[in-house]
Amino acid sequence: MAHAETLDAHDHTAATHHASSNLAHHFDNLEQQREAGSLGMWLFLVTEIMFFGGLFTGYIIYRTQHPQAFAIASSTLDWKLGAINTVVLIVSSLTMALAVYFAQMGSRRMQVVFLVVTMLLGATFLVVKAFEYADKFEHHHFPSTNFVWEDKDIPASVPAEQRETMKFHIQMFYWIYFAMTGLHALHMIIGIGAMMFLIFYAYRGRYTPEYHAPVELTGLYWHFVDIVWIFLFPLLYLLGAHLTHGGGH
Amino acid sequence: MSEHIVSKKLYFVIFGALMVLTVLTVWVANIDLGSEKLNTVVALAIAVTKAVLVVLYFMHVRYSSRLTWIVVAGGFLWLAIMVGLTMSDYLTRGFLTYPR
Repeated sequence: MAHAETLDAHDHTAATHHASSNLAHHFDNLEQQREAGSLGMWLFLVTEIMFFGGLFTGYIIYRTQHPQAFAIASSTLDWKLGAINTVVLIVSSLTMALAVYFAQMGSRRMQVVFLVVTMLLGATFLVVKAFEYADKFEHHHFPSTNFVWEDKDIPASVPAEQRETMKFHIQMFYWIYFAMTGLHALHMIIGIGAMMFLIFYAYRGRYTPEYHAPVELTGLYWHFVDIVWIFLFPLLYLLGAHLTHGGGH
Repeated sequence: MSEHIVSKKLYFVIFGALMVLTVLTVWVANIDLGSEKLNTVVALAIAVTKAVLVVLYFMHVRYSSRLTWIVVAGGFLWLAIMVGLTMSDYLTRGFLTYPR
């Protein structure tokens, strides 16, 4: 980082590094440039934390008010598919971290390999999610005027006069489920798009140990999306697991 | 201060820990701990641990500058303020004694 160095020292650093075509003119050196990049990415991710945070807050409010409806609705999600997707995403985070590692090491081939693997794992996640969504649409569990919740899917212990409002709150769970997983899936799609650019440029040897900011910063984004899922999985899929039958229909 | 490169071995160790914690969270969710609150607290504790591991090692925050630390911590602080103040309203509405 730049401190109040003497003008001479400053000019000296600038002069020694101006040879690098990777250094933008408004930075003193590559180190400063790298740090500014990751700081900027983190500022963006903080806005993302608040973005998803609003939805998490909504989830917490409704769940604390209607715990039973949420547990019943949650138990109809297929936690096994959710668990598979959790593993897929964690592996993809590892492969992304390794892609960054090989970019730092200057290995073009391994970098491309791990970027491709990361992208394929992201696509796998979306395919599993698509099957889950299709199942929910088929059972009319997508919140809309077509939303149907069978009476038999509410425990007999629930009094008759509460059953209709409970269906309403179960639908609210599904609103939150589709909003949160949908927004998460959108982030995955954007991540896969970014991955395509990275693969193209990595293949052409654009990234070196000296300059690989796009790989590093896309990595930060990818890991963030992984973290969101780390919270979504237990909160959406597992919350009713010990109360009712697990594993979908 | 040049870029800190995390070793491959450490990445695999973190990955292993994340997998173990994932198995743990599924296992615990299927056990009735006596109250739904306790199940939720355990599930969230595991999720937070996983998130911290990802942030510190996969996202290199452990090796980042003080300024990055502040930004990251600030982000989660503001999230805590949002959830905390919101719930301090919702969770205390039952305390009111007069008819609503």
